[in-house]
Amino acid sequence: MKRAFVLLTLVALLVAGCAPVRGMPPAPPPSMGTGIDPQTWALVPGGEFLLGQHNHETTIDCDYEVMVTEATNAQYARYLNDALATGTVRIVDDQVVGYYPGDEFHGCDHEEKIEAGEWLHIPLDDPGLRLDFDGSSFTPKPGYENHPMVMVTWFGAKAYCEFYGWRLPTEIEWQKAARGPDGRPFPWGDEIEPNNANFYSSHDLSEKIVGALGDTTPVGFYNGRSYEGYQTLDSASPYGVYDMAGNVWEWAADVYEGAHYRYMRGGSKANYAYNLRVWTRNNAGPDYFGPSAGFRCVRAVTE
Amino acid sequence: MQAISKRFNYLFRSTKGLALVAIALISLVAAIWGTLSGPLAEWGIKDIMVRVLGMDLVEAEREGRIIMLYHTIAMAVVAIEVYFITDLVPMKDHERATINATITAGYLIAMFFGLWYAYFGHERVFHGIFLFGQSLVFFAGVLLAAALWPWKKEYRVKDPDYAHAGGVDLERLAFFMVAVATLGSSLFGAVTGSYWGSGHETFLAEDVIREPHKTALQLAILGHLHIMLTLIGMDITLIIGRWFDFKGLLHKIAMPLMIVGCIVITLAVWALVPYEPYAHIFIYVGAVPSMLAALMLVIFGWDKLIREGLAEHGITKASFWQKLKALVYDPLRFGSLWQMVFMNFTVSGVGIFMAVTLEETMRVMPAREERITLTGHWHILSAIIATIILFYFADRVGLKGRVRRWFGWLVIVSSDLAFGAATVFSLKRLFVSESAQQPLVNWTVLLTDVGLATVLVALASFMLWRLFDLFRKEGRWAQELAAGELASSEGTTSALEREVAR
Repeated sequence: MKRAFVLLTLVALLVAGCAPVRGMPPAPPPSMGTGIDPQTWALVPGGEFLLGQHNHETTIDCDYEVMVTEATNAQYARYLNDALATGTVRIVDDQVVGYYPGDEFHGCDHEEKIEAGEWLHIPLDDPGLRLDFDGSSFTPKPGYENHPMVMVTWFGAKAYCEFYGWRLPTEIEWQKAARGPDGRPFPWGDEIEPNNANFYSSHDLSEKIVGALGDTTPVGFYNGRSYEGYQTLDSASPYGVYDMAGNVWEWAADVYEGAHYRYMRGGSKANYAYNLRVWTRNNAGPDYFGPSAGFRCVRAVTE
Repeated sequence: MQAISKRFNYLFRSTKGLALVAIALISLVAAIWGTLSGPLAEWGIKDIMVRVLGMDLVEAEREGRIIMLYHTIAMAVVAIEVYFITDLVPMKDHERATINATITAGYLIAMFFGLWYAYFGHERVFHGIFLFGQSLVFFAGVLLAAALWPWKKEYRVKDPDYAHAGGVDLERLAFFMVAVATLGSSLFGAVTGSYWGSGHETFLAEDVIREPHKTALQLAILGHLHIMLTLIGMDITLIIGRWFDFKGLLHKIAMPLMIVGCIVITLAVWALVPYEPYAHIFIYVGAVPSMLAALMLVIFGWDKLIREGLAEHGITKASFWQKLKALVYDPLRFGSLWQMVFMNFTVSGVGIFMAVTLEETMRVMPAREERITLTGHWHILSAIIATIILFYFADRVGLKGRVRRWFGWLVIVSSDLAFGAATVFSLKRLFVSESAQQPLVNWTVLLTDVGLATVLVALASFMLWRLFDLFRKEGRWAQELAAGELASSEGTTSALEREVAR
């Protein structure tokens, strides 16, 4: 009996050990259109709304527009090619870098100096990057064209927006775009279902390939359409903005006194559902990059 | 009727029965509320549980619910430790009975009404009753501190082998100091809680770690939760010391260290609000003697296990392997001390490493990852304390022979597997990049889940055994009751025996 138990345990361990290693996807994902155009913008009206978990009444003075989806790999590749051509960014030691004028330093506990100089925008040698670089120009990896741009630092996200005359949203602007005027916890309402958004163990299509942590989904994926039998729920915010919960964290513009950290919003494919609530914050140094961090931009109303 | 009355006496008037009820309730709460997160939530069990029980889960109230849940479990754990203390430390019968009755009523009220308020609608009256229950627990603590007063003549040390100063029993003084520190520290949290809704907003400590400017109320809460868990840890160390009849030179060094550590660390935590930058230094200073005291208990206890094990087999000149065999022969006694050692690998060591290399290792991660490390840190510490309580309780209820060894080793191996894997998971960014972490995540999560599930199965089996036993007319419970297990008489016997011993 004892021998059988030991043998069984060894066999179980062996079988588990021989399971295919799940890391980055072994093959590119199929190109998948969602019907949501990443080039479009949504109008967010100024005015009062409820900020944060405890619903503090807050006012935004003027209307603004926000990208309907997160910035995609295709968009960022196009930007990099333009920015390289104009000299806004340059490539140094497998990194795309660009100038940042620095932060005011207050000498607070754990605060680090962010000095003027060239800072990392994206690393070129990390397998998480969904862009190819042939030495002269960038292209998105096949299948990832309309996935959110990841592995981008706060500097890289800010530079993208400013290159086109836009900017990163403040945390307040981001939250109003996500929840609208009422106090809802998720962009679409009060409850979250697995097919509302891409989050940890949400059983989306990518999880079948890479496991519970999943991979990014194409931007605007959760719009009520069915993909290969996988039915999504229409999960736009009250202003028609997609992916404000899940898929990737989104960098916000704010620089706070006494801290070098930059904040991110929205939760990601690697987080449990409660991290997708609109008031949940994440933060990291401005030079942080990861496969679950992206961004979108805002701009002044064009008409 | 007599059958019910007998069982009531066992469950609510004997130390073993009282501890059994509290452990059973904690297990039940863990079994039900454990489905609301982690793998069981992923498998859809959460949705079923919410539907079946009619829970009302509002997203914005998640943090508040969790805080209520922590408090209800903590009250029961504190009650268990108090039962053990009133049983182990000499005191008068009426003191013992009053303390046990008060804390039992307190934690039961806090648990039922706290969970009812938090998870099944928000009837404000229930919140009030929850606070009343917590107040009873606090009042029981005041009674305990009074009963433990170490300067009473009848409790002076007679045996010079035990730590003493001017005849005062330093171990009793240590129990007293921890009780007083716990009372003050719970007030520290209660005062802050009284601002709830009028300037104080619910938050989880791990969510404000990187805020450059924390409010006084936030600092107070951070201090409260850290010191309460620390004091629970100190108490279980003292209880295990009693179990091993800790004495001799190491005892004489350890007890003053424990007392000094308790005082310094508690005052330092209370000072967190006005003097945050300096308080941390004193917290580290206070932690060192407390941990040294625990180390001395481990050295004493392991030496004792080896000596007793060898003597039992009549071995006078033992080889290394014979000593090792004697050391690990009884997993309950060995395990209770081993878990204290293992804690250094998964909690203290990691905590010190994190503190020392904060800027280079932790603060380069996103906050959500540092948060995972922090929550893992204190979940593991809580769980380690729980396993030590279980080992002591399993010994008290007379787990013997093969069952004792299977239960003990199952809990040691599987809990350490889970804690070790969870530690690796929480520190994963030190070994792998975010892009390449999936295999490590898969393995560590699997091992953690397997380890925890095994511990829970062992605990459930243990609880079911005791539950079925209650349905037997002449079950183990009846033997324990007949053997004079009523808390009053039992306590007197134990106290007298110990007084004679001392």
